[in-house]
Amino acid sequence: MKINVTVNGTAHEADIEPRTLLVHFIRENLNLTGTHIGCDTSHCGACTILLDGQSVKSCTILAVQANDKTIQTIEGMAANGLHPLQEGFHENHGLHCGYCTPGMIMRASELLANNPNPTEDEIRWGISGNLCRCTGYNNIVKSIQYASAKMRGETPASTEPQFV
Amino acid sequence: MIAQSFNYEAPHTLTEAIHLLQHYGDDAKILSGGHSLIPMMKLRFASPAVLIDINNIPGLSDIIIDGDTIKIGALTREVQLEHSDLLKEHYPIFADVTKQIADPQVRNRGTLGGNLAHGDAANDHPAVMLALGASVIATGPDGSRSIDINDFFQGFYTTALEQNEVLTEIYIPVPPDHTGSAYHKLERKVGDYATAGVAVVLTMDGDICKNIGIGLTNVNAVPMRALRSEEFLKGKPLTDQNVKEAGKLASEDCAPSSDLRGSEAYKRDMGAVLVRRMIASALSRVK
Amino acid sequence: MIQCKTSKAIGGMGHSMKRKEDARFIQGKGHYVDDIKLEGMLYMDIVRSPYAYAKIKNIDISEAMKVPGVAAVVTGKDLEKYNLHWMPTLMSDTQMVLPTDTVMYQSQEVAAVIATSRYAARDGREAVKVEYEPMKPLMDPYKAMDPSSPVLRTDKKDKKDNHIWHWEVGDKNKTEEVFKNAEVVVEQDMYIPRIHVASIETCGCVADYDKINNHLTMYMTTQAPHAIRTVIALVAGHVGLTEEKIRVVSPDIGGGFGGKVPVYPGYVIAIAVSFLVGKPVKWIEDRSENLQADSFARDYHIKVEMAGTKAGKIQATRFKVLADHGYTDAAANPSKFPTGMFSIGTGSYDYDTTFMEADAVYTNKPPGGVAYRCSFRVTEAVHAIERITDRFALELGRDPADLRFQNFIKKEDFPWKSPTGWSYDSGDYHAGLKKAMEAIDYEGLRKEQIQKRAEGKLMGIGISTFTEIVGAGPSKDFDILGIKMFDSAEIRVHPTGKAIARFGTKSQGQGHETTYAQIVAEVLGIPAENIQVEEGDTDTAPYGLGTYASRSTPTAGAAAAVAAKKLVDKARKIAAHLLEVSEDDLEWEPGKFWVKGAPEKSKSIQEIVFAAYTNFPQGLEAGFEATHYYDPPNLTFPSGAYICVVDIDKETGHITVRRFVAIDDCGHIINPMIVQGQVHGGLTQGIAPAMYEELIYDEEGNMLNGTFMDYLVPTAVESPSWETGHTVTPSPHHPIGAKGVGESPTVGAPPAIANAIVDALSPYGIKHLDIPITPFKVWKALKEKGVI
Repeated sequence: MKINVTVNGTAHEADIEPRTLLVHFIRENLNLTGTHIGCDTSHCGACTILLDGQSVKSCTILAVQANDKTIQTIEGMAANGLHPLQEGFHENHGLHCGYCTPGMIMRASELLANNPNPTEDEIRWGISGNLCRCTGYNNIVKSIQYASAKMRGETPASTEPQFV
Repeated sequence: MIAQSFNYEAPHTLTEAIHLLQHYGDDAKILSGGHSLIPMMKLRFASPAVLIDINNIPGLSDIIIDGDTIKIGALTREVQLEHSDLLKEHYPIFADVTKQIADPQVRNRGTLGGNLAHGDAANDHPAVMLALGASVIATGPDGSRSIDINDFFQGFYTTALEQNEVLTEIYIPVPPDHTGSAYHKLERKVGDYATAGVAVVLTMDGDICKNIGIGLTNVNAVPMRALRSEEFLKGKPLTDQNVKEAGKLASEDCAPSSDLRGSEAYKRDMGAVLVRRMIASALSRVK
Repeated sequence: MIQCKTSKAIGGMGHSMKRKEDARFIQGKGHYVDDIKLEGMLYMDIVRSPYAYAKIKNIDISEAMKVPGVAAVVTGKDLEKYNLHWMPTLMSDTQMVLPTDTVMYQSQEVAAVIATSRYAARDGREAVKVEYEPMKPLMDPYKAMDPSSPVLRTDKKDKKDNHIWHWEVGDKNKTEEVFKNAEVVVEQDMYIPRIHVASIETCGCVADYDKINNHLTMYMTTQAPHAIRTVIALVAGHVGLTEEKIRVVSPDIGGGFGGKVPVYPGYVIAIAVSFLVGKPVKWIEDRSENLQADSFARDYHIKVEMAGTKAGKIQATRFKVLADHGYTDAAANPSKFPTGMFSIGTGSYDYDTTFMEADAVYTNKPPGGVAYRCSFRVTEAVHAIERITDRFALELGRDPADLRFQNFIKKEDFPWKSPTGWSYDSGDYHAGLKKAMEAIDYEGLRKEQIQKRAEGKLMGIGISTFTEIVGAGPSKDFDILGIKMFDSAEIRVHPTGKAIARFGTKSQGQGHETTYAQIVAEVLGIPAENIQVEEGDTDTAPYGLGTYASRSTPTAGAAAAVAAKKLVDKARKIAAHLLEVSEDDLEWEPGKFWVKGAPEKSKSIQEIVFAAYTNFPQGLEAGFEATHYYDPPNLTFPSGAYICVVDIDKETGHITVRRFVAIDDCGHIINPMIVQGQVHGGLTQGIAPAMYEELIYDEEGNMLNGTFMDYLVPTAVESPSWETGHTVTPSPHHPIGAKGVGESPTVGAPPAIANAIVDALSPYGIKHLDIPITPFKVWKALKEKGVI
């Protein structure tokens, strides 16, 4: 089947099998390998992308369903430099192995679009569809808070680790 | 995990969708949110020859008030239900239930119609709809018909929908004054299917329970109402003792099966606990 | 906080330097194995057994071969022709690559389908028809130990039972004597469940055999590329793949935790196929394959006993273990002890009598016995000792903190010889627990608890004060197939004073690109920013045994410090030459030499390095490079004091971890931010087996939770907001006084959580619950006691 999709601002036309998963289309047809596969059953969130601005799990959507839609992946997060979320994850040690990070960032970007100043609890629930096996989530929460402050034009809290 | 090959149809009108359903018969499956169906296809537990994607059909995702009825389009996403001001005003139970369904990304895709039409007693909306006394609108080649929610769930993953029908709308009554509602499920971790879940919608007349609907999640092969509990409470004050008895009746009437979430006895007990708690919660929200 | 010698600009030890590796990961440019695409690459998918134990009657590949895109189907019979159908395990047992006649666990590899696309390979897999004759599997390890049970490993000549090994340590008679005469004895049976690391990236590889050059490049998800290269050479040397013809590349790894140490059959099949067809072959597991067939962790049945006085003095312990290893012993355990370092189980307490014994047994479960962020059985041992210590306190009606203070090994008693023969290098257990208690307001919590109990509410406080044992390991006790467990560093400083440093380890998220650079910066004074760290390519990195068991800092980190020190020694010679003074007249601080008494006469390390290429003294070798292979003299002994507070919903059994304070002591800290990150992550991997995760099998051998729907990896909602801190007791034998830390929290958290939950339930006579402690288990226990 022929589909037309705009990915990170670039229009693509492709001819694909209907069963092609959106994540495979993004990774293999478009060679955008920043979007990862972690579980196959829509539980881990590593494959999260934005479809028409909404965060979705691209392992559980068919590429044909993205016809005439726009997609944003981690590669399209910032045209120049870093997006505040990318910066936040770096500054606050919000990643270890980096495998869940793109999905986490894509999910967080919609979270902040809908709720520019989320509480810690709202952030935790907001990323409950994204598993991270490395960080224990504390610093992911902190990373998103950092981006949230920055995007609201405020000065983010210190990125130095706090110890008891 | 990769699904078996299939044909894909993406009709732009309801008529076209129904025509395709007629054409392909049992080979076809409707694709709405897809978050139950696609994983099953990837695991090759389901292998439909044709998918009819109804996501491109306009007009199926509105939430409106029409007289004394709230009409919700079947393609309304969980995320819309979660944040709808209209629903928040009338039925806080929608915010309760949607927050507990899967996760934000899945709720961006999952639809109310899909959740019901899947006929899975582990899904959360069936219990809510049973408690609300909803009607399901099915549209087929001969037009639309209304199905009482009490007649909709017919068996294990089986509903009253005909093969050539599409679930198009859900009607729920605008709540009378002094109505409250609440839903909660026990889950092993966030986004899990319910160990047990209970939906309560009640209307008070002073201290007396004028009307009550109680729906149960995942404690029965088929989504069920706690009918004896409802009957027991109607016309009575919601004293601790009465509420406790209602919980007990619900736990007797359900038929959960033991699994990784816990034993049959545990689930019965949780049914009783949640009936009590959700009545209290709904009562606290009466307005 | 440790005193940093270097400035922030140099970025040596003690600085929370932001990670150098982040840039690629946050921009989607990480390079993981599934991102590799080679010209003409084929895809492999694996047919797996639906049965836990069955004879293979027939494998019909005819329909599969008709599937468009399918190039080949490989079975055990095909591999048998090359004698590649069996392979050795790291425990010198044997494991099938593909079976020729019998499958021994559900999801075992049965055949491999090779195709031109991922999708075609999966279609081909569905089309392979295998006829099985199912047999009754042995799933219960105790039943498997019964002499009347059928023998599973009929492939082993003369094997008459399912027993794998017996191991013991300690003084059996003395222990019996102490127990016989003890005033107080407590005992507890416990099961440490079978769990799975479930790194978010599954395992996979691209095997690329070049026929013309007879050269294999193996890109794979491995924590130990060098050891793997040697293993491949040992397995496939007879078909011409000798070690110099093999290059193993470990690209970015999406989490390891021990699950990426073993050699899985899929890797070997991919190599065999690439070798046979002369094309690159990619194999990537899906999540179910990962959960159902890859190495498990734990699965220890433990009976633990403690003897002591009424006054609370611990006198002796006794441990009896039954270890379920599945159908073969494929544990990743490079020690001479089959139970790894289980004998750390005497704990942080000062007593001199113990006896430990363990037996291992074959069952029809997947093989393994690997880490789950802690290998070598330390987690099991710590759980046993920390639970039984609490049981002992409960029995005596003593506060568990108080009882621990009474029994701790004292700071001044280190090095301390344990009754199982370990020499604990250092520790200050009193300071750690004191700090944790102050941070969480232990006294206030106990007061609150009295109040809550009076109201019938369930609130619990749990402590764990553990001693870890990491840094495997000294060559007298540790090896993999005879290769000693040193690790290595090679530092090359370029003429302009910028460096590349290569290591035998392999980061899977631990931040080596940053921390190793900081170690080198600390010693040499070259800014960490200017030190490029590289690992994971056997063609370029020095030989090392890899990253697991919290060993990178204790071994390769030490190697980095020693190699850098060698460079300082060389720099001194060059500086003396440049400043025209004798070496003895020079003073050093990281980054420069100066003349004693004349600090204005100095040479920076950059000037010295430049001279090493342009103006070196006669007789001195040109260049500025050093390599060191570090064989640790002892293990390092990190420790921790963890306190957890839980609230339990009495009616539903639902458990909320209200607070969790973790005080770790890993000696000198290289990067506080990274250490804290490791602790956070390890704690979440501690709450996971404590409350959520377990691989569950039914009697027929079916794995009941083989997807993330039912294998319950905690999300940000289940994971509490961790509170962490540290005490610093440097390792006396480590060049920079550091100890490992990655595994400590996973070791220490489960008993703290279990102790807290049992503490909450103890007023009702509940003395123990096995992990994972779920709401259902709590409800059941309360029901049985008639509380609800």
